[in-house]
Amino acid sequence: MKKCFAVILCLMLLVVFTGCQPAVSSAPEPAPAPEPTPSTSPGEEPEQELIDDFITLATTTSTYDSGLLDYLNPIFTEKTGLEVRVVSQGTGAALETGSRGDADVLLVHDRTSELRLVEEGAFVDRYDAMYNDFIIVGPADDPAGVKNVASVIDAYNLIADGGFTFVSRGDDSGTHRMEERLWDSAGINPEGQAWYLSIGQGMGDTLNMANEELGYAMTDRGTYVAMKDNLDLVIVLEGDPVLFNQYGVMAVNPDEHPHVKYDYAKMYIDFIMSDEGQNLINSYQVNRETLFFPGYGLE
Amino acid sequence: MLIELIGINKKYDKEVLKVDKLVLKEGLVYGIIGPSGAGKSTLLRIINLLTPPSSGTYYFMGRSLPANGKERLQLQRNMALVFQNTLLFRDSVWNNVAYGLKARGYGRIEIEQRVDALLEQVGLKDLAARRADTLSGGEAQRIAIARAVAFEPKLLLLDEPTANLDPGNIELIEKMIKTLNSTKSITVVMVTHNVFQARRIAHEVIFIHEGNIVEAGPAEQIFTDPKDPRTRDFVEGRMIY
Amino acid sequence: MLRLYEGIIEAFRLILAFDPALLEIVLLSLRVSVIAIFISTLLGVPLGTLLGLKPEKRTRLINKIIFTFMGMPPVVAGLIIYLILSRQGPLGVLGLLYTPSAMIIAQVFLATPIVTGLTMVGIRAKGSEIEELARSLGAGSALAAWTVVKESRIAILGAIITGFSRVVAEVGAVMIVGGNIAGRTRVMTTAIVLETRKGNFELAIGLGIILLLVSFIINSILYNIQRGGKAN
Repeated sequence: MKKCFAVILCLMLLVVFTGCQPAVSSAPEPAPAPEPTPSTSPGEEPEQELIDDFITLATTTSTYDSGLLDYLNPIFTEKTGLEVRVVSQGTGAALETGSRGDADVLLVHDRTSELRLVEEGAFVDRYDAMYNDFIIVGPADDPAGVKNVASVIDAYNLIADGGFTFVSRGDDSGTHRMEERLWDSAGINPEGQAWYLSIGQGMGDTLNMANEELGYAMTDRGTYVAMKDNLDLVIVLEGDPVLFNQYGVMAVNPDEHPHVKYDYAKMYIDFIMSDEGQNLINSYQVNRETLFFPGYGLE
Repeated sequence: MLIELIGINKKYDKEVLKVDKLVLKEGLVYGIIGPSGAGKSTLLRIINLLTPPSSGTYYFMGRSLPANGKERLQLQRNMALVFQNTLLFRDSVWNNVAYGLKARGYGRIEIEQRVDALLEQVGLKDLAARRADTLSGGEAQRIAIARAVAFEPKLLLLDEPTANLDPGNIELIEKMIKTLNSTKSITVVMVTHNVFQARRIAHEVIFIHEGNIVEAGPAEQIFTDPKDPRTRDFVEGRMIY
Repeated sequence: MLRLYEGIIEAFRLILAFDPALLEIVLLSLRVSVIAIFISTLLGVPLGTLLGLKPEKRTRLINKIIFTFMGMPPVVAGLIIYLILSRQGPLGVLGLLYTPSAMIIAQVFLATPIVTGLTMVGIRAKGSEIEELARSLGAGSALAAWTVVKESRIAILGAIITGFSRVVAEVGAVMIVGGNIAGRTRVMTTAIVLETRKGNFELAIGLGIILLLVSFIINSILYNIQRGGKAN
């Protein structure tokens, strides 16, 4: 009988101590050096023996959650035989992952940081791959009256002056960085204000909280469109040119990290930037709305 | 008389005890003997109200049992049972001995006087400040008995009080039981499988076999002139069980 | 390896800097988990004692239910509490979602089965024996039950320590019902997740080390009480 208890106790302790898994997206495994492929020299067309290999793509939650990658990557795999393993993080973490050589190729949206890191030699072959736009959403009754203005600056001033709840990603993601720049442009420092909820979570979590707290939020259009059916939030502002969001694709510099699969990364970049890749991006829709537009969007 | 059991029996899957009539008088030491599994411990537990009998009538101090609530607690507080497995509270020896007095709501000063006097009387004064889990087997058993008599019950029930003890400690405990019986006139009912022990300290002996009281009578008579052949076999060590 | 080393340095830097924002996070973590484990103790110890004193065959179903809840994934617990406290949920009018109270509720939900279950197992080992002993010495029902709890205090403290360790290290439930709002519901575990996602690995590891230190201090206190219990 005592033995029985001891066994149960052990089992329970096991349960107790293994029950709390942190909800962190798993860190990428260090990519092993690419198999030497004697029949292929760098830059040549891919051949059949590549079929079992893979590349690691570090990207942002927005591209992954929108379903775009689930649409693009299988086509790439079919063409090249390369599996794409996606690690989706905030842009900050994705850049960090890439800089440490834990990924081969990146698809992120913080143009300033991207260009700086290319300058510093962490990444190579950067292209403006696509852009999407951000919108401001809020409660249907729009207590701050944001619908009456056309610029984000005015909108932010209305929200701040009235002390209306605003939910921020607060996670150092590309979206969060853009939001911070816009607050800065509006001459407002929202940090620490009672109405400003900085939650350090993903876009979906942020929209859920804005929905619950009857607050405003800045979001990429894709996430909002994908979640619209479960939200009472409506678009209160769109179309301000400052809300365009540029995505870049780039490879980890093989001179910095000799083990990365630069050849394959380059193949992925070439695919994204090809006419076919750009057309595919343009044709991807959720709830009959186009989420991403090809090329460079800030001109 | 202190206890009267009439037609008491206890059934689980099968009958484990059947007592047509048993009378225990005040002031004596009773020895209940018999082979293992005979129902000795069950009889003690029924007397102490820990196990309700399946049927029958039980009188304790002239009152019918099992009574309810308050009365039952009051009656139960006139007796104490020392279990076969010595179990002391994780506390000091002194607090162990004081437990029953605290449970009865005695005042602090009275508890102190009684506990100190008792420990003095049974020669355990030196142990008072010790932690219970540091005691030897013999010491622990003596404390368990002291704890059971601290509130001066009319009836002390002992279940194999010297099992697993060495001869020195057995002698100490037997002496303690006799002292308690004679100086405090506590009635003692002691279950033992050891016939020599029963002969040494019991005034009256009850022999139980397979759930039945085979024979009861003065110790001298049970050991020298048993009426039942089974009793004779047991006391002379010929019973195979 | 270098990151880990830098993390340790960062942890000490954070502790020595006595950063008020960090202190707030640590204190909120402690406040939420300590209140939660206190409530869980008030609920779980009496219930576990009651169940532990009953014959096992009469509590089989409830045993299974408790053991199942002991292994409840925190995210699921968080989701259940979220749905109850959400604006459209049955208790939405209370406005508790995204408050420390919601986090306490979720942690009570996680810890109570652990405290109950482990108390029950601890009591079952010797509880009936102690209860009978107490009664044979003249204790009434209340004193007998209290004696059982007192005598099983090592097992019960073990149950409380286990429950506390679970909730203080838990992230899934508090993230969902608390929302990780800076300055309001951000606790150590959610801050660690956040810093990891931001790529601030040194800070994340530093926070992790502080969490371990705080946990170590609390557990040391409880453990010393427990050892004291043993010596008694």
